[in-house]
Amino acid sequence: MATKAYQKIYTQLEAITKATVSLKASGVANDELAVVHGRLAQVVRIKGEVVTLQVFSGTEGIPTDAEIIFLGAPPTLKVSEQLSGRFFDAYGHPIDGGPEVEGEERQIGGPSVNPYKRRQPSQLIPTGIAGIDLNNTLVSGQKIPFFADPDQPYNQVMADVALRADVDKIILGGMGLSNDDYLFFRHSFEAAGALDKIISFVNTTEEPPVERLLIPDMALTAAEYFAADKNEKVLVLLTDMTLYADALSIVSNRMDQIPSKDSMPGSLYSDLAKIYEKAVQLPSGGSITIIAVTTLNDGDITHAIPDNTGYITEGQLFLRADADSGKVIIDPFRSLSRLKQLVQGKQTREDHSQVMNAGVRLYADAQNAKTKLENGFDLSDYDHRCLAYAKEYATRLLSIDVNIKIEQMLDTAWELFGKYFSKSETGIKNALIEKYWKA
Amino acid sequence: MAKTTGIVTGIVSNLVTVRVDGPVAENEICYITLGSDSLMAEVIKVNGKNAQIQVFESTRGLRGGDKVTFEGKMLEITLGPGLLSSVYDGLQNDLTTMEGVFLRRGEYTDPLNREKLWDFTPIAKPGDKVTAADWLGEVKEGWLPHKIMVPFSFNGEYTVKTVKEAGSYNVDTVIAVLTDAQGEDVPVTMTQKWPVKVAVKAYREKPRPQKIMETGVRVIDSFNPIAEGGTGFIPGPFGCGKTVLQHAIAKQGEADVIVMAACGERANEVVEIFTEFPELIDPHTGRHLMERTTIICNTSNMPVAAREASVYTAMTICEYYRAMGLRCLLLADSTSRWAQALREMSNRMEELPGADAFPVDLSAIISNFYARAGMVVLNNGQTGAVTFIGTVSPAGGNLKEPVTESTKKAARCFYALEQNRADQKRYPAVNPIDSYSKYLEYPEIKAFLDETVEKGWVDNIAKAKNIVRRGREAADQINILGDDGVPMSYHVTFWKSELIDFCFLQQDAFDPVDSLCPIERQKFMLDILLGICDRDFDFPDFEKCREYFKNMINTIRQMNYSEFHSDSFESYLAELNKMLEENGN
Repeated sequence: MATKAYQKIYTQLEAITKATVSLKASGVANDELAVVHGRLAQVVRIKGEVVTLQVFSGTEGIPTDAEIIFLGAPPTLKVSEQLSGRFFDAYGHPIDGGPEVEGEERQIGGPSVNPYKRRQPSQLIPTGIAGIDLNNTLVSGQKIPFFADPDQPYNQVMADVALRADVDKIILGGMGLSNDDYLFFRHSFEAAGALDKIISFVNTTEEPPVERLLIPDMALTAAEYFAADKNEKVLVLLTDMTLYADALSIVSNRMDQIPSKDSMPGSLYSDLAKIYEKAVQLPSGGSITIIAVTTLNDGDITHAIPDNTGYITEGQLFLRADADSGKVIIDPFRSLSRLKQLVQGKQTREDHSQVMNAGVRLYADAQNAKTKLENGFDLSDYDHRCLAYAKEYATRLLSIDVNIKIEQMLDTAWELFGKYFSKSETGIKNALIEKYWKA
Repeated sequence: MAKTTGIVTGIVSNLVTVRVDGPVAENEICYITLGSDSLMAEVIKVNGKNAQIQVFESTRGLRGGDKVTFEGKMLEITLGPGLLSSVYDGLQNDLTTMEGVFLRRGEYTDPLNREKLWDFTPIAKPGDKVTAADWLGEVKEGWLPHKIMVPFSFNGEYTVKTVKEAGSYNVDTVIAVLTDAQGEDVPVTMTQKWPVKVAVKAYREKPRPQKIMETGVRVIDSFNPIAEGGTGFIPGPFGCGKTVLQHAIAKQGEADVIVMAACGERANEVVEIFTEFPELIDPHTGRHLMERTTIICNTSNMPVAAREASVYTAMTICEYYRAMGLRCLLLADSTSRWAQALREMSNRMEELPGADAFPVDLSAIISNFYARAGMVVLNNGQTGAVTFIGTVSPAGGNLKEPVTESTKKAARCFYALEQNRADQKRYPAVNPIDSYSKYLEYPEIKAFLDETVEKGWVDNIAKAKNIVRRGREAADQINILGDDGVPMSYHVTFWKSELIDFCFLQQDAFDPVDSLCPIERQKFMLDILLGICDRDFDFPDFEKCREYFKNMINTIRQMNYSEFHSDSFESYLAELNKMLEENGN
């Protein structure tokens, strides 16, 4: 990196930890970037003359006489249309062999939207997956994570959702992606012929964990450029936010902060909210929708990361392997889209919400029947019908490999109701039964 | 007197250390000069010449050596006509008059419209002896009489020298001149300032609450009523309907003024209020809901330190309207986010932590805040009230965590939202057994309910609660022993509790009729339900029992969806009575 006249250069480190270095320096600004021994670092603490820097790629091999150059500005990203179709690392440098992007240089992690200037999200985002469109409909401007155990195919589902969604730009923020998953995303984007509307910021498992902390801000700075400046509909994919939170805890630990629940920093809620709240419907028509992945440990949603996430996001999509159908399904009980009522029956058919509720309620009855069966009680005729229904419902609607239009989802549900139940057992309003019932 | 100044010597996130050249006070406000911006901050700790301040904005770009000016006062807000229907951030900046879509650091806007004219009518006369919070005059704010008062900060007795005659004036007009004990004249305008962290105590006394505040939500008004001037809290895991319940209370609460503090929660939920409230009509007055509502909005992505300020700002606005003899309802969602903001600061100051790394004085801070609610008798003998309901977001849905436990000590009503009920779509998911209202034990409240609802109402509530409790026990037995393994009476007991659950405790917040159930209608329905529960029933088998009660539940739910005493209501009632004639006695 070329040295400029105003840059201050220091050569004496006072302290080194695995993630941070400290030195005596003056006139240094909070959040400012520096280059320590050729590695990028950021100011995280100023205490009198002593400045502490977080070194993104780790401090291995940094000597106490390392050269430190302060760059005078926080991390930035150059934004322009040239971002489209490109792959970048956590610092915004191309990793696809292409040229550097020219454009306006913007600080990442910029200010929030004035809540009074937001608009209520109102545009349906169809995905073809009935477990989402039928039961947990997504709306532009929403923020929602997949909750999934590490063995679930969440990245595949997310790639499917992204490529089917009707949006102007897709921005991938990959944190701790395995190299295989990174290549998977790259190939599926290429195969779909959609590369020109996709922008990726990727940190793989081969790269240092602390670098990940830059990824969401990079991705969202690009997203804000396209949504606010260009009035585009932008979909941001963030995977895996659990690894992001893990990186937060590493840094806070190195800075001797007292950990709160599950050894996460006390500021976890605010740190995650700052990212997810970038999802917005702007008055100009542009929007940012965030679909994230939060990996769980054995389905435990009480862990601090999914717990805080659940309080921030507008619902969650819970992936689970279903034994009856042998498929991965979107669990209808533990999943929720808080914004679904803004579009259901308004941009979809009038019977949508009633069909959704009836379908899930009957599926719940099947679970009760299953419990009875497991406990050795006799099953009634209704129980048997519920069980048969549940298997077909899971296979034809809940499974993540479904790809049909919302009308077809509703028709399929009516077909199952007619096949297994009487009209009154569905508990659907009479007016709708008369119109849609399939004997 | 020259202002104290200082220079920045340390920065960790939004905690900044300043070396000062003069006296500073705890909680004093100061401004850091950063280029052309000034960033507002508050002193939270002083050690020798070093003051630690929390900055209400991002500290990006701040440097050691930057200048700080101390203001010699605590965080204050401006009180005056025009607070209602406003949308403020936690520091009382008007969000509606800010330019641009993004919040700009260091942008502060005036909370009141200084040009707008208000129709003023004098109340006090020259020669009157007045003290702080006494009424000098009145303007109409929407349909509410907004009293112009002797500022709360005035000490001792004053004599009214002049009062402006009736007419239209803006808020900065001097509407009265008072003479203090030393003979000095002091002008009074329609506005005054008050430090948010100090409770307004300019009233005669704070008696125990006397009556309940209706919300139209059955599980609250009947089962666990909150008193006017009372306190309550709603803890619940995410997805249990906390926000829906709070919005229902905000829409229907029997109060003159509603202040909603969105403290560290989702921005889109606030957008929902902006979008819906202006359309909605207050069921008690027929006026637009927004006219009686002030929104304090510090969403989760806004500066963390201002989260704490936001709940105090909201409380101070309520206390201001209480002093006018109005009934105010304060809703704060969620106090956990405020506690987390305290934890972040305490952590950065490297204080020794209490449980779950929260500051050790968390419990004291929460109970001090809840104590600011209450009914008061004003100096002129009239009454006003601040009712406070906070939500708590317990980590992992576990109620054994510091914020829930501390709040439980401070609040008198407890509305436990239960994951299990939410999963079964039994909304509102308030657990009928674990939830409580201490006000049901108050003799004053009992007497009030005896008189306004019916004699022995509290006993009826206890009876209904007991039916639900016994139903739960029966359900446990049935689950263990199987449907055939228990006597028929267990099934009947279970279904009686389901009857109360489905027909009374559950309520459709989105149905135009069911969402708002006045207390006389609650009494009517509960009397019917208890009448049914008093009966003995006889069934040949448990399937028949289930069928019978399911039909009955369906009929009564249709009643809930019909206008009270309408034709369809009466026809369902007739249907119900017929059902009862066929079985039971």
